Amino acid sequence: MNNNELETIIGLEVHVELSTESKAFCRCSTKFGAPPNTQVCPVCLGLPGGLPVLNKKALEYAILAGLALNCQIAPSSRFDRKNYFYPDMPNAYQISQADHPVARNGYIDVNVNGHTRRIRINRVHLEEDAGKMIHSGDDIVAASSSLVDLNRAGVPLIEIVSEPDIRSPEEARQYLTQLKTILEYIGVSDCKMEEGSLRCDANLSIRPRGSTELGVKTEIKNMNSFRAVFRGLSFEEKRQRRALLSGQRIRQETRHWDEAQGLTVGMRTKEEVDDYRYFPEPNLPPVVIDSGWIKKIKASLPELPSAKIRRFIDDYDLPGYDAEVLTSSRPLADFFDECVQLFPDPKAVSNWIMSEVLRLLNVEGKEIQATPLKPKHVAKLLQLMQTGTISGRIAKDVFEETFHHGRDPEQIVNERGLVQISDAAELDSLVTQVVAENPNAVEDYRQGKDKALAFLVGQVMKVTRGKANPQLVNKLLKEKL
Amino acid sequence: MKLWDLSGHRLRNLLDQGELSAQELVEAFLTRQQNTEPALHAFVTTTGPQALAAAKEIDNARARGEKPGALAGIPMALKDNICTAGIKTTCSSKMLANYVPPYDATVVKSLRQAGSILTGKTNMDEFAMGSSTENSAFYPTRNPWDTSRVPGGSSGGSAAAVAAGQAVFALGSDTGGSIRQPAAFCSIVGFKPSYGRVSRFGLVAFASSLDQIGCFTKDVTDCAAVLNVICGRDEFDPTSVSAPVPDYSKFIGREIKGLRIGLPREFLQEGIQPAVREAILQAAQTFENLGAVVEETSLPKMKYAPAVYYVIAPAEASSNLGRFDGVRYGFRVPTSDLDSLYKKTRSQGFGPEVRRRIMIGTYVLTADNYKNLYQRAQQVRTLIIEEFEQAFSRYDLLLTPTSPAVPFKLGEKMDDPLQMYLMDVCTIPANLAGLPAISIPAGFSAGLPVGMQLMAKPWAEGTLLQAAYSFEQATDYHQRRPAIASGGVVGE
Repeated sequence: MNNNELETIIGLEVHVELSTESKAFCRCSTKFGAPPNTQVCPVCLGLPGGLPVLNKKALEYAILAGLALNCQIAPSSRFDRKNYFYPDMPNAYQISQADHPVARNGYIDVNVNGHTRRIRINRVHLEEDAGKMIHSGDDIVAASSSLVDLNRAGVPLIEIVSEPDIRSPEEARQYLTQLKTILEYIGVSDCKMEEGSLRCDANLSIRPRGSTELGVKTEIKNMNSFRAVFRGLSFEEKRQRRALLSGQRIRQETRHWDEAQGLTVGMRTKEEVDDYRYFPEPNLPPVVIDSGWIKKIKASLPELPSAKIRRFIDDYDLPGYDAEVLTSSRPLADFFDECVQLFPDPKAVSNWIMSEVLRLLNVEGKEIQATPLKPKHVAKLLQLMQTGTISGRIAKDVFEETFHHGRDPEQIVNERGLVQISDAAELDSLVTQVVAENPNAVEDYRQGKDKALAFLVGQVMKVTRGKANPQLVNKLLKEKL
Repeated sequence: MKLWDLSGHRLRNLLDQGELSAQELVEAFLTRQQNTEPALHAFVTTTGPQALAAAKEIDNARARGEKPGALAGIPMALKDNICTAGIKTTCSSKMLANYVPPYDATVVKSLRQAGSILTGKTNMDEFAMGSSTENSAFYPTRNPWDTSRVPGGSSGGSAAAVAAGQAVFALGSDTGGSIRQPAAFCSIVGFKPSYGRVSRFGLVAFASSLDQIGCFTKDVTDCAAVLNVICGRDEFDPTSVSAPVPDYSKFIGREIKGLRIGLPREFLQEGIQPAVREAILQAAQTFENLGAVVEETSLPKMKYAPAVYYVIAPAEASSNLGRFDGVRYGFRVPTSDLDSLYKKTRSQGFGPEVRRRIMIGTYVLTADNYKNLYQRAQQVRTLIIEEFEQAFSRYDLLLTPTSPAVPFKLGEKMDDPLQMYLMDVCTIPANLAGLPAISIPAGFSAGLPVGMQLMAKPWAEGTLLQAAYSFEQATDYHQRRPAIASGGVVGE
């Protein structure tokens, strides 16, 4: 058997922190970055006598996510306790959902290399997060002491479990990207992997292409960025394929992604399987969700990325690539939509956003909503260009100023006297002057070197500090020569 | 006049008429507490100074013309598994021997608002696991009727305190009979409300689907007054219900003519002491004399109740007690690594009965046993609930013994957990079905108290009080006081 006859099977378990104001089962704040152990109460500290009370908003967000991921919402679901000891888990159990999750049987469509792949979602369930630990050594075993911060304990999470439908690390990355976009669109999470509000574990196995049985899988943890997921899975895929091709067996185990060394390491394997002794949480009555509420939540769903892409292609006549880029975040898509309202030339708006806006956002490492830039600024700038008031070159300079300070482009143009010179009489004397001063270039042009013309145009632009209308200059020069 | 012999409603009258100040009343009870405590060990913590300060505050408020709360100035004791802000709450365990909660349980808030004054926290079987209060990590509590005998459990301290006049009333918790059985052993009134009727927020959990806070009082009238304060919906307890709470005192004095009472024969068969059976049959006769219709009936599924209970309760306990891990509060054995921190802390911090139940509970929840033990127990629990529903379509109340036996000697059953577990055989079913149930004095056998239990359908607390009061009026058991109550020094 060779490598091409093997098929990679990946399933992802994604944990997403919900951006509710308060925790899943108490009223403590969920705000990130507060001093340790300041957002706690008897319930989330696991003090004797505390009882969990379900945060309705967390449930609503879980339902919203389920709907956005094309799931069926269970009319009745239940919370269970997952029992295990760890210092970041104050009750020694996590309230989660085992057999009766909020949502089941969904899917998302993922675009990979121009093909649409449907990745099925097994389930979406609601649970609570654990606290955070800081060790004085590498981990809790090596550390001489460890500190526990329970601010995060009890923050609501949803776990989104895919079916093993993913066939490559690249597909996994695309699935994650799409998932993150959807969750951001519906506003249930800020999905910041670096702050831990989106976490991803993966199961990976290899089987002969065409087989219907799954191979022995490993679980890969500690992949803390999209890049890490791609790299970690790529490494693991190669490792397993190589092992299988050389006749070795894969051991079922949990492996840790080591970002620095770029490899996965098997974690100490226990002889026995973890037994979390799940049983129904006796303090929480079954969650009964009436269809009216589901309808109401469904009605509140915003236009999702896939629908937006279709609309951008159909209504705005944009290329698929543009549509995909512009819808990659909801604020960006909204920004584009508003620009088109003000300047109804979608392709021109798209070009400007795809080039200039995204370039500057990239340089600044910011999202569109974090800048002072407003749709009206882009529209005004495009109008100034369209009417020939400024050249494209000037527009770029003006735009930088607008982008950074949120200033009106027209005002900047007027202040700096950047209005394009389109007066033929005014340009004519400048053109004459440049021709006179550059006899060599003139000679080159006349001998058929087209580049020389560009040089001469550039000289005119230099003299006018970019304000000359380049088309007009071109025309005048050609006449002169 | 011995103030400690009086019921709460009589003391309340004296307070209202100005014949007694709250400070005098509290002082009298504190003195009584001091005098009897060496013989009884009903308390883990006493709160004399705070109680006197609170009493003064009550008197001042009254002097200012403020309307006193329903229990203003009345001394109370709380089982030591009910959290009290700033006052140790130990669960009679080494694990929490020095634990001071930062908050009051909801019932404590309600009682404080009603003006009741805390005189101390009472002893119990460790984490409410037991039927004799011998499982306290500190010391056993003794029965005021015979100090060589146990007061019952797990709320034995609360029962002994009320019976001996150390407090006018006390709160306990009842998971399988932990209020009713000690009430029977100490010849007082013990009430377990319907599951969900009283907030459990701030009650240290034993088995969350069975636990319910309730009260000990000298008579049924006091019981209604305390229930009026502690019952009701609490937004901090998701299992508490919002059904309106009636004024329970309205049920006091209503006649019971035509009330249908079932007498299930399974509760009078083997294992029930003859004297107990006799007292219950006598009580049935009394009810008939009062105009009730008493009928023998059969509840054949009740025999499964102890087996079901001893799967579900330990399962929930094994999870609920996981938080006592030595990491954040409570007892800790310092070690150099996490695993041994857990193991040593929990092995040394919990007593043998608690460890036994954690092990049983852990066992029944393992993946291999979950279906056959835990889930099957839940299925049988459903059958028991259905059998009760059928019974309550025919009867308003069910009459049974509270305990199959009169109080036993200290140490008598400590070596035989199964014998001890059978002490709850009559009380467990009400917990499994979430029913309200009351235990009231029903006689004596060779000077030792016998209690009878009445059960009703959920939310029918009022019917229980109505019938219990009628019975109380027709008998004088509730007026008898243990010898210890006659004052003076009590020997061992």
